[in-house]
Formats: sequence, C-alpha cells, structure tokens
Amino acid sequence: MQPSGTQIEVADVAARTAAVIASYTHLEGPLLPILHAVQEEFGFVPTESLPVIAEALNISNAEAHGVVSFYHDYRRAPAGRHVLKLCQAEACQSMGSDRIAAMVKTTFGIGFHETSPDGSVTLEPVYCLGLCACAPAAMLDREVIGRLDAEAVDEIVAEVRR
Amino acid sequence: MGLVHEIDYGTPASKSERQVTLTVDGFTVTVPEGTSIMRASMDAGIQIPKLCATDMVDAFGSCRLCLVEIEGRAGTPSSCTTPVAPGMVVHTQTGRLKDIRRGVMELYISDHPLDCLTCAANGDCELQDMAGAVGLRDVRYGYDGENHVFAKNRADASTNFNWMPKDESNPYFTYDPSKCIVCSRCVRACEEVQGTFALTIEGRGFGSRVSPGMHQDFLSSECVSCGACVQACPTATLTEKSVIEIGQPEHSVVTTCAYCGVGCSFKAEMRGEELVRMVPWKDGKANRGHSCVKGRFAYGYATHKERILNPMIREKISDPWKEVSWEEAFAHINSEFRRIQYQYGRGSIGGITSSRCTNEETYLVQKLIRQGFGNNNVDTCARVCHSPTGYGLGQTYGTSAGTQDFDSVEESDVIMVIGANPSAAHPVFASRMKKRIRQGAKLIVLDPRETETVTSVHAKADYHLPLKPGTNVAVITALAHVIVTEGLFDEAFIRERCDWSEFEDWASFVAEERNSPEVIGKLAGVDPEVIRGAARLYATGGNGAIYYGLGVTEHSQGSTTVIAIANLAMATGNIGRRGVGVNPLRGQNNVQGSCDMGSFPHELPGYRHISGDAVRNIYESLWGVKLDNEPGLRIPNMLDAAVEGTFKGIYIQGEDILQSDPDTKHVSAGLAAMECVVVHDLFLNETANYAHVFLPGSTFLEKDGTFTNAERRINRVRKVMSPKNGLADWEVTQKLAQAMGLNWNYTHPSEIMDEIAQTTPSFASVSYDFLDKMGSVQWPCNEKAPEGTPIMHVDGFVRGKGKFIRTEYVPTDEKTGPRFPLLLTTGRILSQYNVGAQTRRTANVVWHAEDVLEIHPHDAEQRGIRDGDWVRLASRSGETTLRADVTDRVAPGVVYTTFHHPDTQANVITTDYSDWATNCPEYKVTAVQVTPSNGPSAWQAEYEELSKRSRRIEGHLEAAE
Repeated sequence: MQPSGTQIEVADVAARTAAVIASYTHLEGPLLPILHAVQEEFGFVPTESLPVIAEALNISNAEAHGVVSFYHDYRRAPAGRHVLKLCQAEACQSMGSDRIAAMVKTTFGIGFHETSPDGSVTLEPVYCLGLCACAPAAMLDREVIGRLDAEAVDEIVAEVRR
Repeated sequence: MGLVHEIDYGTPASKSERQVTLTVDGFTVTVPEGTSIMRASMDAGIQIPKLCATDMVDAFGSCRLCLVEIEGRAGTPSSCTTPVAPGMVVHTQTGRLKDIRRGVMELYISDHPLDCLTCAANGDCELQDMAGAVGLRDVRYGYDGENHVFAKNRADASTNFNWMPKDESNPYFTYDPSKCIVCSRCVRACEEVQGTFALTIEGRGFGSRVSPGMHQDFLSSECVSCGACVQACPTATLTEKSVIEIGQPEHSVVTTCAYCGVGCSFKAEMRGEELVRMVPWKDGKANRGHSCVKGRFAYGYATHKERILNPMIREKISDPWKEVSWEEAFAHINSEFRRIQYQYGRGSIGGITSSRCTNEETYLVQKLIRQGFGNNNVDTCARVCHSPTGYGLGQTYGTSAGTQDFDSVEESDVIMVIGANPSAAHPVFASRMKKRIRQGAKLIVLDPRETETVTSVHAKADYHLPLKPGTNVAVITALAHVIVTEGLFDEAFIRERCDWSEFEDWASFVAEERNSPEVIGKLAGVDPEVIRGAARLYATGGNGAIYYGLGVTEHSQGSTTVIAIANLAMATGNIGRRGVGVNPLRGQNNVQGSCDMGSFPHELPGYRHISGDAVRNIYESLWGVKLDNEPGLRIPNMLDAAVEGTFKGIYIQGEDILQSDPDTKHVSAGLAAMECVVVHDLFLNETANYAHVFLPGSTFLEKDGTFTNAERRINRVRKVMSPKNGLADWEVTQKLAQAMGLNWNYTHPSEIMDEIAQTTPSFASVSYDFLDKMGSVQWPCNEKAPEGTPIMHVDGFVRGKGKFIRTEYVPTDEKTGPRFPLLLTTGRILSQYNVGAQTRRTANVVWHAEDVLEIHPHDAEQRGIRDGDWVRLASRSGETTLRADVTDRVAPGVVYTTFHHPDTQANVITTDYSDWATNCPEYKVTAVQVTPSNGPSAWQAEYEELSKRSRRIEGHLEAAE
C-alpha cells in the first residue's frame, strides 16, 4: 500500500511502534490513541505496525485493520507535505464546492486521495467541517478556510508551493 | 430420508427462567424473558424475514428486513434486537412493513449478481428465499451504477475498482466478494463462535467489505478454517468447494466425527452415496453446532487412492503383498494363530483394540481375544495416552472418567488447563472455553510452551506457568501448598465428602517447606509469585474447573500428577456441580469408549477387574468359556515378550503402534520377531510394514456404531455409505471369530450394544432406540440414572469418600547432561491428527506439510542454527532430522515437535521410560541434543527403503504409498 521509495525497514517499524504503544497501554480502550500516535510517528499508519499493536492489545490483526480502515483520517501511505481537505458536503456543494474542487484538481494535476508529483500536497474530500455558514470551506493542514473563491485558491496554491 | 432441516430461530435462546407471554400476529406465545421477538415468533411458527440474524450469533440489527410493528410503540423496530415484553402485541406483516422490506430488498439486489441458476448456493440461499418472501418483482435502481458485481464498469468498460476477484486460497471453501451482502454473519461467527477474530469488515459505507486478516486472502490470514463463517453465510459468498463441485445435497444423516475426543455431531450431507459436506449439527450436545477444520473438511482420506480395499497376505515381510479373498485371509489367520498357540502356548498371541473404532467393534475385539484366543492379552492405545487418568481418578474418586459435560464450562469462573493445548488438539472445546473467558472467566495454563491457548486473542491466560517438562507433580503440589498453608481449602466440603484424617495427612505433606512455591519454583523454572497467584485464583475465584491432557499423563509420574489434580479439586470443593470438576481431554474419538469396553488386560467392560469371580461369571456363562483370572500382557510387555521369543502373533485393529508408540526401534524389533502380525486398517500404515496379513478397514462413514467422547457421552455413528472394502470393521472381526470357530451371529451393531448393556451396569439402559430418542447419553446410564449422568459425584464420590493421596515428586530418570542438554517435548497441531494417517491424506497438508522442531533463539544461536535449517535431533534412543523453527514459544533448554509425519518419526527419539503405575510412555520428556545437519539420518534412509519395499503389492505397478 505504501508507494515505493518511502519504504521503512519492517524491523524498524515494529520497534518504533512498540515504543509508541508503551506510553498508552494504561488507557482504557487505547487503540485509537495508539493509532493517532503511530500516525504522528510515521506520518501514516504502516501496515507492518498493525500486528505489533494487535499483539500488544491482545486483539487480532483483522480487528486492528477493521478499525484503521474505518476512519478516513488514518492514512495508509505517507501524505504530501501539506494536506488540503475540500468540503464536499451538501451546504458547500450548494455554494459551488465542486467548481472549487475542479479548479484545485486542475491546478495540481491530481484527483482526490492523490498526492502531487512534487510531494507538496495531498488532496482529500471531507464531508462537513462545521463551517456551513462560510461555505464553501476547506482545511489546509490544521487551519480551516471559509468562503473559498478563485482568489483564495490561488493563495492556498502559493502557500502549498512555497 | 431427506435433508435434516434445522430451524434457525434467528437469535440465541434465552436462559432465563421467568416466562413472558405476548401476542404475535394474533397467536399467543410464551417464551423465557430476554428472548427476541424474532425468536418468539419462530417459536409460534411465524417466520419473520431476516438476513443478518442467525441463532448461532447474537443479534446485530443491520439488515433491516426483520422490522415489525408493536402496538403502542412508535416506528418499526427490528425484531432481532427487541426483546419480548409481557402483553406485547406484535404484527409481523403490515402494509407498511411490506413496503419497507421490499425497498430494502431492492437495494440489496441492485448490488448482487443475478446468476442464480448457475450459482452454487442455488436452493440454499437465504437472499433468494427472502426475495421470494418479500415479493420482490423488480429493481428500480438497475445495475448500471456503482456496484461490486462486475469486473468492468457497465457504461464505459473501464476497470471497476469496487470489484474484487474470488479468493480460492483456502483448500476447502471460496470467498466471492461480488456476492457478499455484508451482513457480518461470518465476522460474528468467527468472533463469537470460533473466537479467532480472523475476519473484519474493512472500510465503511458502500466500501465495506469482509476482510480476512489485514486485507489478506483466507489462507495467509489468521483463519483456522473451522468453517463457522461458511456455515453462517446466507449467500454463495462463502461456499464449500465440494458444493461448488458436486451441487446441493439431497439427504443427510446425523453422525459423529471420528477425530478427537470432543466427539462433535455432524450432519453428513449426501448426494446418493457421495458425501457433499459435513455440517455441524446444532443439537449435538458436545459441539452445539460448531466444528473444526478436521471434522468439517478433512474427510477426503475416506476416498483416498491409497486406501486398501482388498485383504492381502504374505509369507515374509520382505515379500510383496498378495491380494486374496476375505475367506482366504480369515482361514490363513486362523491356521497361523492356532499353529502359534499349539507351538508356543495359549498366551503367545494377543490383540490391540482401537480407539478409532466404535464401542461395538472394540468390544468384539476384546471378546475375540478373551473368548477365542483364550487369554487376556488385550490392550489399547489408551495405554500410551490416558491410562494414568484411569488409575489416578479411579484411586481418588472411584471412576476412570471426566466429571463434567462440556456445557459445564459455561458456568466456570476459573479454568485451569494443564498439559493440554485445546486450541490445537480439542478446538471445538477450546472455542467454548474461550467464549466463557471472554465473558469474564479467568484462565490458568500450565504448559512448558507459550501455546495458542496461552495467547488467544481476547482470551489470554491470566497466569501461565511455563514449567520445565517433567515437573508437573512438583508444581501442582506447590499449588496445593499455597492452598493449604494460606487456609484456602474448603473445610466443609472435605469434612462432608472426604476422609478428614487422610486430608490431614496429605495437608501436612504438601505444607512441608520443600513443597513451597519458592523451592519448587527454582526447580521448575516458574516464578513463585505466579504459582501463588494461580493457586489463590483457583481456590478463591468461584467455580474452578480443571481440564488436562497428555502433558499430564505421558510422564513417568503421569498417574501421580492425575492424583495431584484430583487432590487439588477436592481440597477446594470443586467437584460435584456444574462449572467445576476434573476433566481429561481425550485424544482420540473413542479413547473413553475403548477403555470402557474392557480393552485393558486386567479389566472387563465397565472397569471391573478380571480377578473378580462374579464379573467373570457373567461373561463365562454368556460366552460359554472359562476366562483366565490373571491379567494379560500390556502392549510394552507384548513387545518385550516378542523380542524374547514367547509372543508370536497379534491382531491390531486400527492402530499404528510403530509410529505412535515410543522407542520406535524397540517396537519394530518386537514386530519383526513375530510370526503372524495381522493389521486391520484403512491404509498400509507404518505397522503394516511388519505385517503378514492386512485386513482392509472401513471408515466411520461406512458403519453403524457408537463413540464415547471425553465427557462420557455415547454418540451414535451412522452409516452414510456402503463400505468400499465390502465389510464394516465389526463384520471383519465377526467373520474372523467365525473362522476361528466361535459362534457369533450379530446382524447389526445394535445387537452388540445390547450385549454390552446386558453385561455392564454403567451401560444398562443404553440401546440404539434409546440413543435415537435421546440424541446421546452420558454413562452411567442405568436404573439409578435413567437419562444418563452429565455431572458425576454430585452427592458423594463414586468410591464413597474422596481419597487424598500424597504426591511425592520423583524426578524422571531421563535427565539432561552434557551429551543431551535439551529437553524434548512433543504435541500436535490443529490441522493434523495423531499419526496423520488420515489428515496427511487431505488438503490439510497446506497448513502443516512436515514436522518441525521448535527451538529457542538462544539455543539455536549457540548451535549456529537458523530458522528453516535442517537439524539432527538425537537422544539416547535414536536420531532423526527435521527443520528448525526458531521461536520463543519454547523456553531456553526446551525443544518441541509434533509426530504427525512418518518420515520424521519423532518416536525414534522418545525413550522407553513410562508411568510407574500404568506403563504410559514418557513422550513428554526426552533429553536430546540438536545439531546442524544436511539431510536425513541413516535410520530415516533405511526406514524409507523398508517402507517402499514392504508396500509392494503383486500386480500393482507402484507401491501403495
């Protein structure tokens, strides 16, 4: 699942994952916090870290996979330097979010769930950021942006390419 | 005769004793509190449409077909997740419900292929049935949109990324994602019934898919191929390959699995005489509708090309076999056995009964020996597995059998597993045990290895005592030390049920400092605090149940360990009610039965000693002969006598002593010294290499009879096809007896059971009619217990007062030293069974193609051994070679292997040390050395040559194996 060139040594993944797990095992229901921390550690959740987590929590590999694959926010491959999420939910759609999406896609030459060839940005759809009053909305890394228009898109592109 | 249809009530039964009455579609129904509306309706004969519900797993409420309307309540709740309430008025069919259901079905069918006519599930598809039930007539959504059904998009023929190809990696079933409706029944069956958690739903929404492991194929995932998911699947998504190949069965017969001592009930689903599939039977009281990979799928050996179908004889074992008629074979055996007895004496021949055959067949073999051979030289393979159980439990409690039924585990609070790995060897019981552990029961495991039972997901052992092989007695006595010195024993129970002075004597012994965890812990390599913790938990944690296996019995102190276990249960009052007890996990399907049937040289059926005049009289008057009042020879004695030249002929039914018994070279020397070895088996097994007469056997599918499982349950075995070799095994023994001049005229195995019931008090009320009526019954079954005995020693021990016996630890003579510094212990794995004669002839070999040697990384590194290397394994008895598996499942200093494959011959290594009381061999401890190697040992090469030579059959181009 990982693109080639970003492969990390499997033994290394296991050791680093185990180190991450150690600080969460005291929690009740530690799986989600561990997955967050693993994503923080690697930038994504490597498939190789799942058996390590499963063994530590005495759950099956399948269960760990089921949880990771359920949540869109757990990445299965490294993202670009920036992650741009464009809201595609109803309110934003009614305010022209698909036009904005098309604009962004054309500019970067990628579709949703893809990373630009220069590794600068990964594009994701998102279904409601709670910013309906300022639709169409987006989120660049951890910053939310409202009332997107062509100008705002240009600013985002500039920011991303800097 | 048609298919045995089982009602699917949709949700599991409630165990509540309070009753609730409600009305469903105008009918009044009374059911236990907590029952779902769906189940209550089914009780009244009203079937509510459903897809995601089935009574093997808990309600889930996802398919939205089983909605109902309840008067006084808003909306349309799902009937599977809504419990009944007093006075509730339910309507299962209203205009509103019909519309909803039809709409839901339309959505399902809009993403499901319409190839019903060519689909393997045609005729056995719940989706098809439900489409019919809700009156689906058209699908407004069409098939052109997003779907999982077609490999190419319908509009532009581009690749459909939602489509996934069929997974055919498992040898026994296929997974076709295009037919999946994501009802989660397979996932829930894997979790709730089997307890492996190998399946999940990955993704979400329209992208939800069933995924084995981490988006893997079934074979490479954690799946153990128990078949529970296939059974649960309502569509053709998970389908047996045999059904795809053959088609739907047209009739079925309920019978009993012939693998392990759990004794699962199955429906053999047939097309004519062709077996289509084995499906676990929900009414089976041992398995409650569950199965494992062996019973469910590994029956292909019955029709394997290597099966021998004609009797054969040869003069010398170096000659090729010659096929003869049955009459010739019987005449030959008769003349040889009579000649030998004339020449060497009446006691120069004997026989071995089989724990693989039925009670009736075993009874006949011992009868043939006692009545026809005129001696008591009869023994059985229980000699090499559970004979210490017979002795130990007999001495302490008064019966040679487990105290509980398997259902009892549902009420246990603390489960102690000693020297057993049920996840591999008794998988269906393991699933039931793990279910209880997931509900909160605690688990203690005593095992040198970190087995699957220790580390199961969601059912990890609370205490694992990784004791050094051979120290069972010491460690169990240390557990008792803690219980006694910390005052955790149950005084009231002991005073009422046992002899108090015997208890005091025992207590003073175990309380000695030398039996404390601190002293024993060092010797056994176990943390004393772990021993103390485990003892406290067992004594104070509620209902404590002990399950044990061959890791207990197959030691020089096997009987002592059984006694130590019995002491432990008595001291804590864990005997005589549900949820507690002492339970041997029997290895083979009918090991309990073969012991019950008088297979031991010193006992007549029902464990009655041969020296008792009254008991002998029963048989003497019935059989019209005088019986010898002295016990005959045990298997090891027969072999010793053969080497000495006083034992010359043997009839071995369904047992491969050459491969399964210890010290192979001694066994082969004994067999080679005999003049007439008769082997009665399905295949030319290893023992047959030394045989002069081969009688082809029949499989459990080809005969009627009964097996008795580890919970003393007598289960019916029913014939589903005619014997390929022409005669069922009981007929073979009968014809042999007739050839030897005995007047036997049984026309059906039921008549043999009638004779058993007539002569054996614990079987007095058993008959085939009774078994057909009851399904199965646990002995004792007689006037005192007309419906059998699920739990023993309820109001008092069978022997009167329970007997405490001191258990002095005596280390085995088999010790490690400079030449042999490691301890070898042996066991089995899930997919293979015993000597592998059956499972090696099935697709189960994909999981285990050869025996490997587990060795700790530390020991491996010292010897320069890497994972997968060939290694030489040597003991004082012999040597063999196999591949190394470097793992920390075993402790440093301990190595482990299985004995499923004849080319490894692990028993070349094991020694002739045995249990002091019963001669049960010490398989579990052998001092060995492991060194790198580059190929088979001299013995392996020599043996392979012998095997090839001795399997030649005249007129056949190639050897049978």
